[in-house]
Amino acid sequence: MENSKKISRRKFLSLSLLGVGGVALISLNPFSKSTSSNWRFFTNDEGVLVDALAEQIIPTDESMGARDAGATNFIDKQLMGPYIRYQETYRKGLKAIQETCKTNFKKSFEALEWEEQTKFLQSMEAGKIEGSNWEKGFDKEFFELIRSHTMQSFYGSPRHGGNKNNVSYKMMRLDYPVIIGQNRYKV
Amino acid sequence: MENRHVNAIIVGAGAGGGVVAKELSVAGLSVVLFERGAWATYDDIDTDELNSQRAHALSNGYGPDNVRNKRVKIYPDGSSKIVLPTEAYSNNAACVGSGTVSYGAMAWRYMQEDFKLRTTYGHVEGSTLEDWPISYEDLEPCYEKAEWELGVAGDDSQNPFAPPRNKPQPMPPFSHNKEAQMLHDAALRLGFHPFPIPMLRNSVPYGGRPACYRMRTCAGFACPVSAKAGTHNTVIPIALESGNCELRINSVVSEIIVNDQGKITGIYYFDANNKKQKQTADIVIIAASATETPRLLLNSKSKFFPKGIGNENDWVGRNLQGHAYTGAFGIFNEDVFDDLGPGASVAICDFSHHNKGIMGGGMLANEFIRMPYLFSDIRPPGAARWGAEHKDFQRKNFKKVAQVIGPYQEHPVFDARIDVDPLVKDFWGIPVARLSGFRHEKDVEGCKFMSEKAELWLKEAGAIYTWQNVGGGKGLSGGQHQAGTCRMGNDPKTSVTDKWGRVHSVPNLFIADGSLHVNNGGFNPALTIMALGYRVGGYIAGEWSKGNRFK
Ligand SMILES: Cc1cc2nc3c(=O)[nH]c(=O)nc-3n(C[C@H](O)[C@H](O)[C@H](O)COP(=O)(O)OP(=O)(O)OC[C@H]3O[C@@H](n4cnc5c(N)ncnc54)[C@H](O)[C@@H]3O)c2cc1C
Repeated sequence: MENSKKISRRKFLSLSLLGVGGVALISLNPFSKSTSSNWRFFTNDEGVLVDALAEQIIPTDESMGARDAGATNFIDKQLMGPYIRYQETYRKGLKAIQETCKTNFKKSFEALEWEEQTKFLQSMEAGKIEGSNWEKGFDKEFFELIRSHTMQSFYGSPRHGGNKNNVSYKMMRLDYPVIIGQNRYKV
Repeated sequence: MENRHVNAIIVGAGAGGGVVAKELSVAGLSVVLFERGAWATYDDIDTDELNSQRAHALSNGYGPDNVRNKRVKIYPDGSSKIVLPTEAYSNNAACVGSGTVSYGAMAWRYMQEDFKLRTTYGHVEGSTLEDWPISYEDLEPCYEKAEWELGVAGDDSQNPFAPPRNKPQPMPPFSHNKEAQMLHDAALRLGFHPFPIPMLRNSVPYGGRPACYRMRTCAGFACPVSAKAGTHNTVIPIALESGNCELRINSVVSEIIVNDQGKITGIYYFDANNKKQKQTADIVIIAASATETPRLLLNSKSKFFPKGIGNENDWVGRNLQGHAYTGAFGIFNEDVFDDLGPGASVAICDFSHHNKGIMGGGMLANEFIRMPYLFSDIRPPGAARWGAEHKDFQRKNFKKVAQVIGPYQEHPVFDARIDVDPLVKDFWGIPVARLSGFRHEKDVEGCKFMSEKAELWLKEAGAIYTWQNVGGGKGLSGGQHQAGTCRMGNDPKTSVTDKWGRVHSVPNLFIADGSLHVNNGGFNPALTIMALGYRVGGYIAGEWSKGNRFK
C-alpha cells in the first residue's frame, strides 16, 4: 500500500512536469533566454526590472518586501511551468516598460526615483501609458498580471519560490500556514 | 479486446453519478462508472494557497488539468476567448467524487418554494423561471437517503424556515468557532433565527469514518481523515463492493452511440492511454456536470439526432445557472479570526423567500477558510490595491475581518448557455464546450438586498467598518454550483428530461446531475443533486426489477 502510493505520487509529479511544460518544452521554447543568466527564463536585465516592479507592489517596510522574499524567483519559476503561456507577455511587457522609460526619462525603470516609479505604475494601472509599444489595453493588462503574480509570490506557499521563510504569514501573525500539511511535500 | 456488454453506463463519478452507481449496482445491475479524472486522495494531491479548488492560481488540485482541457467563453461585448481550467472555465472538479472531494460540504435541502418558483413569484420578464415537475415532498425521501447514507451533521429543528422532514439529520451539528458564535449572538439580537449549518461531515464517527478534527484546510481541499462525506468515500465504495460496478478512471467519454435504428447502445471513450474504445449497455446515464453533460449530448449528432441527442427543441445547454455570491465584510477592533474549522458554521434563512421587491433570496452564513493570497483582493472600495498601504492593510486586518455571504437564487435565463464550439477541440479531438450569455438584470437587485442584510448583521456583531460586496453583476454564471442546463419538466417542448430524469425523446437515456435543476435554490446544490441521484437511480432500479428494460 505504502509503496503503491509512492509510485502513483511519483508518476503524478513526472506527468505534471511534462504536461505543464517545464522540462520537456524548454528546448522548443522560442522565448527562452539565449545567453547565460541567473534566471531560468528572465535575462539578468529583466530580473533587475522585475525586482523593482515587485518591490513597488509590495514594498519593504518594517518587514520584508516582495523583492527580498523572492518574487522574481517565483515568477521566473512559474514562467517555466504553469505560466508558460505568459512568457511572451512578459518579454514584450518588460521591454515596453524599459523603452518607454528610456524615451520619457532617459533612464531605465529601476533607475527612476521611487515616486517616479510609483507614478509610472499608476499610469499603467489606469491604462494611460502611450507609445507604439503599448497596443490598446496592454499597459493595464500587463500591470494586472505583474500585480497578481507578485501577490501570489508573497502570499502563496514558499515552495513556489517566493514568500521566503513564510515572511508574509509571520507579518500577518500566523504561527503556521493556514493551509496545513505542507511540511509533507517533497518539492 | 471488446468490452463486455453491461446493463448500465454512468458517465461521471461526481455527486449525482456516484449515487446512481450505488443504487443500480446494489440492485443487481451490472454497471460501468466512467470518470475522466483520477482517484484524488489527500496524500497524492499537493495542495496549498495557490493550488486547490479554492485558490487555483497555479492549478486545480482536483482537476481538470490545463494541458488537455479548455473551453471557449463568449463575453458580453461579443468577444471570445479560449479559457483554461484555472481561468474563466467555470470549473468544478474532475476526479472520483468530483467537487464532493474538495467541497465545503454544506448539506442543504432546498425549500418548498424553490420547487414552485413560478407559482410563488409569477412570470419574470426575460427569465425562464418555472416550477419543477416534482415537489419538495416528492424529493423528501431522497434527501433523507442522502443524509443517512452519506452522513449529515445538523439540527434543522433550530431553523424555523427549514422544510418539513420525516427524520432528523443523523449526526449532531457542529459547534461554532469564535467568529460564528459572535455572529450567532448578533443574529439573535437582531431577531434573526441563526442555526448551525448542516454539513456532509462527521461531527461524530459515522459510516466507518472518523469525526472531523476541526482544522480549517477544508473547503477547496480533500479531508486528511476522510471526515467529509463525498461520493468517493461513501456510495462509490459501496457500489464497488457490490461486485457489480466497475469504475473506469482517466477515461473520457466522447460520444453517445446511436445505432441504425436510432437506438442508444452505448458510448465511445478515450481510455487512460488515450485509445478510443467502445462500451455498450442497455441504459446510459449521463452525470458529467451541468457543463459537460450538455456538451456530450450536443457532441452526439447522427441522422436521428441532427441537433444532438435530446435537443429537438433546442433546450440542451440552456438556462445555465450557478449562484451569485453576495454579502459583506466587516473589520473588528479585535481579532475575530479563529483557525477552528471548518469555518462556516452559522447561517440564517430569514431572507430565503418572501422578501419585498425581489424574487427569492438566499441563505446567509459565515465563511470557510480565508487564505492570505485571496485576502489580498479583499479591500474596501477605494482602498489601495498595491503598495505600502495595501501591505499594511493585510498585516493589520487579516485576523480582524469577518465575512457574511450567501448564494442568491438566480433567475434562469434561456440565453445563458452551453453549446459546442465549431472549431476548438480538446486534447482528444473532442469539440469543447462554449459558454455564452449573461445573468438576468434582476439578480443584482436580489444580491443588493442580501448584501444589505449581511452588512447589518456584521454591524450588530460589532464591526467598526463594513462594506458590501454585491454579486450578480453582468457576466455568466455557472462555476462550482453550475446547474440547470438539461432541465426536467412535463412538457418536452420546454425541457430536456421528464420528472425521472429520462431524456424525453429516448427511452434508455437518463441524466442525473445538476443539469436537471429547473432552478438552483438559494443554497449550495450538492445535497439536492445527490437526492436527484437517488430519485433517478431508484426509479431505474425499481423499473428494472419489474422487468422494464427501457426499450
Ligand atoms: C471548492 C468547492 C466547494 C464546494 N462547496 C459546496 C458546499 O459546501 N455545498 C454544496 O452543496 N456544494 C458545494 N460545492 C459544489 C458541489 O461540489 C457540486 O454542486 C457537485 O459536485 C455537482 O454535482 P454534479 O453531479 O452535477 O457534477 P460533478 O460532481 O462535477 O460530477 C461530474 C463528474 O463527471 C466527470 N466527467 C465530466 N465529463 C466527463 C466525460 N466526458 N467522461 C467521463 N467523466 C466525465 C467529471 O470529471 C466529474 O467527476 C463545492 C464545490 C467546490 C469545488
